[in-house]
Amino acid sequence: MPRVAFTQNIQRHVDCPETVVSGATVREVLDALFAANPRARGYVLDDQGGLRRHMTIFLGGRLIVDRSGLSDPVGEDDTLYIFQALSGG
Amino acid sequence: MSDTILVSTRKGLFTAKRTGTAKWEIGAVDFLGDNVTLTMSDPRDGQRYAALDHGHFGAKLHRNAGQGWEEIALPAYPPKPEGLEENDMWGRPLPWTTVRIWALVPGGADEPGVLWCGTLPGGLFRSQDHGTSWQIVSSLWEHPKRKMWMGGGADLPGIHSILVDPRNSKRVFIAVSTGGIWFTEDGGESWGQRGEGMRADHVPPELTHDPIAQDVHCLVQCRAEAGRMWVQHHNGIFVSSDEGRTFTEITGVEPSVFGFPVVVHPDDPDTAWFVPEIKDEKRIPVDGKLCLTRTRDGGKSFEVLSKGLPQVHAYDVVYRHALKIDRTGNRLVMGSTTGGLWISEDQGDSWSEVTHTLPPIYAVEFA
Repeated sequence: MPRVAFTQNIQRHVDCPETVVSGATVREVLDALFAANPRARGYVLDDQGGLRRHMTIFLGGRLIVDRSGLSDPVGEDDTLYIFQALSGG
Repeated sequence: MSDTILVSTRKGLFTAKRTGTAKWEIGAVDFLGDNVTLTMSDPRDGQRYAALDHGHFGAKLHRNAGQGWEEIALPAYPPKPEGLEENDMWGRPLPWTTVRIWALVPGGADEPGVLWCGTLPGGLFRSQDHGTSWQIVSSLWEHPKRKMWMGGGADLPGIHSILVDPRNSKRVFIAVSTGGIWFTEDGGESWGQRGEGMRADHVPPELTHDPIAQDVHCLVQCRAEAGRMWVQHHNGIFVSSDEGRTFTEITGVEPSVFGFPVVVHPDDPDTAWFVPEIKDEKRIPVDGKLCLTRTRDGGKSFEVLSKGLPQVHAYDVVYRHALKIDRTGNRLVMGSTTGGLWISEDQGDSWSEVTHTLPPIYAVEFA
């Protein structure tokens, strides 16, 4: 199953341990993740469910393409890295 | 008489307390290192609320009911309808998400637990359970003229002033930068515009006197005489004696009519305070001397109040939520962008400095 790792910076506000969750797209992975950790959702996603403006997700070493729909496909062995962007914020 | 002041700063929430020897000092420090943009102390039950902005991680809201701070729900916008194209004044898609909490006030004395919250990009929210959950006021968000609101100092429009009529909690006034003054008398079911007589110089002549084009910086209402409202506007100072239906411009106030905050005496509608800056494109105190202006006669005349305030190379800017008056009308507190905190116990005649080394101050609140 895909693995998800979070930036250290978020841990001060809400506990987000590295975890393994099922899902075939970024959306599915995050939905499963936030179902178990609902308070973390608002730190990563905006009110419309898109990625916050100054957050980034790396998948297979690249930034995801679909920041609003989160439709990028996720493989069984992939790791998502959820980071804050270095710009702005 | 309040002996406690909550000071919201770029790097934490500082609580100032009055000591037994009538001095004020900083006591508790919460959220140290975090950006606290606004606090509210609810006089009905003593609960406190703090709005934070974590930058990358967005705005957050915390509540302290006496047992310490806990994160509570942030007002959230409804799903943006599929296919809806709504752009901000820059042509970019308007974000249907809470970007900033810009106003947070208790409901009326007869509606415990009710809170009102104004946000960027322009959503007004109401809670019936002390902020545990929030509902957007859809009648206003869906109002066709809401889409005419524009950004002021911020890129996005926002609601910064919310006034619940002390005589009737269903009557609520809000002010928008920029979008003028709006009013409901049915608890938010329907809305109308107020603010005839205000004047905007930053728009074409045909819009100059349009109530929706007005950049109200701050709107306040006298508790004892609720018909009296004062506005610090982008273009100057305006006063109303008919609940904001019509305003009269006050001109010729020295050293300046430009500024952000205004407070009105809770029992004397003719007494109000302002913090002047040079002008729009030069937002610093005139001649480097920090002062307030005060009228006691409804705007016919003004005094300059500077006793105890820095008068040499002072470039303190006082934001719209950073000047407050307590319920007695005798104490005022003022915080600045350069970390100065001053208190007056004689209606502004004289000021004492609590500190001048805090982080930039966004808001102050008597608790």
